[in-house]
Amino acid sequence: MITVRGAGPLTTVQDRGRPGHAHLGVPRAGALDRPAAELAQRLVGNDPDAALLEIVMGGFAATTSSGCWVAVTGAAGSLRIGGVAGAHGEAVWWPAGAELSIATPAGGMRSCLAVAGGIDVEQVLGSRSTDTLAWVGPPVVRDGDRLPVGAATATPRPLDVPPPARRGPLRVTPGPRDDWFDPAAWQTLSRSAYVVTTESNRIGLRLDGPELPRARTGELASEGMVLGAVQVPPDGRPVVFLADHPPTGGYPVIGVVRTEDLWQCAQLRPGDEVRFTPDRAAATR
Amino acid sequence: MPFISRIVLAGRRAVLVEPADPDTCADLAAWLRSRVVAGDVVPAAETVLVDGVDDVAAVVALLDDWRPGEVADAGELVEVPVTYDGPDLDDVAARWDMTTDEVVARHTSIEFVSRFCGFAPGFAYLSGLPDELAVSRLDTPRTSVPVGSVGLAGAWCGVYPTASPGGWRLLGRTKTTLWDATREPPALLAPGIRVRFLPA
Repeated sequence: MITVRGAGPLTTVQDRGRPGHAHLGVPRAGALDRPAAELAQRLVGNDPDAALLEIVMGGFAATTSSGCWVAVTGAAGSLRIGGVAGAHGEAVWWPAGAELSIATPAGGMRSCLAVAGGIDVEQVLGSRSTDTLAWVGPPVVRDGDRLPVGAATATPRPLDVPPPARRGPLRVTPGPRDDWFDPAAWQTLSRSAYVVTTESNRIGLRLDGPELPRARTGELASEGMVLGAVQVPPDGRPVVFLADHPPTGGYPVIGVVRTEDLWQCAQLRPGDEVRFTPDRAAATR
Repeated sequence: MPFISRIVLAGRRAVLVEPADPDTCADLAAWLRSRVVAGDVVPAAETVLVDGVDDVAAVVALLDDWRPGEVADAGELVEVPVTYDGPDLDDVAARWDMTTDEVVARHTSIEFVSRFCGFAPGFAYLSGLPDELAVSRLDTPRTSVPVGSVGLAGAWCGVYPTASPGGWRLLGRTKTTLWDATREPPALLAPGIRVRFLPA
């Protein structure tokens, strides 16, 4: 059992989410920085479906009633256990009674804290993820919460150095509604710098920058939305849909960001710059 | 593909399909669900999204075989008892040029079909209201609509599965549970389900 002493700005339980329920109006949810979450789970010897804590901008502190292996990945906020600095991106032993804390990271937004055995809150529709749009799944983690931990099933990995994830402009495929936009809009999207706004969250990365003008006016009938969809509301400023995005939406989607690039959206801070580039490897139409 | 008017890619692992007849979206979704390995099949007002597929081209090729109306069983019929005391009942009666009793008689005479869910978990968009009875949404949405409220927007009918803000014109309310995440399926009015309202 983990007792949360300080939950920080926003801490949620996340796993790989609950895809398969979009037709019932349920968002997919799941860890935003997927490679970081997968690495953390591997480091502590967990099954890839186990749940961990996604901690936004640090400020987290907790104690455990029984010793366990933990690993912190993603944004590197300095980890201390019982007052001693712990390594980022490695399995570290967390003794019973010792306080574990994660400070505000110098860069990035979201840290993943995996615990051997996984955060064992009850599953809802096959997942332990908190969805911050429809509020399916466990509530946000609060100060004083006690979180159950499952039984560890494997030993931690001493070393796991995955190939570094690609950084750079978000690779975007045109469509499904690129024909709703002025032909210049695609050029604008792929050549301009956009800035992450403070309204960004687990639902979407909201961007400020050059407007993407429409060629068609009128309303689009609501349609299914995919992860990474670049939706453009009437103000012409793009929103990149992240894990808690609404399953359907009524604003046209000019393009879709490749899933492998979305981890960068999880780590961008308000004020950071983001660029898009046409996905050369995309299937041709 | 005579029954499909348009197919467009939505990223590398999804395809958005527009059937020629928008009323066939739920049928196409049910047909695809039984034939395709996909993360999600999402019917909407005029489209079906097939998301999380490894071979988009195979899905596109398969669409050649679809004929509307082949899905064997029509959706199950669910009866929803309603207390017709909604705040917009008089307003809808005026718009329909009827008495409130006639509104209730009309609303309970229609067999609705759940076309898709959206807006909130388990919020089904029910078709069946004729176009001449379509009503606009409220100019100013209510900040809170009680759970179980039965409302109209355009030619759609819907039941609020949870309390939420909303701009639908409210005819009444039901005690029936529309959404229960511990139930399988969690949504009472999943796409394809037929619905009849009864006076409570």
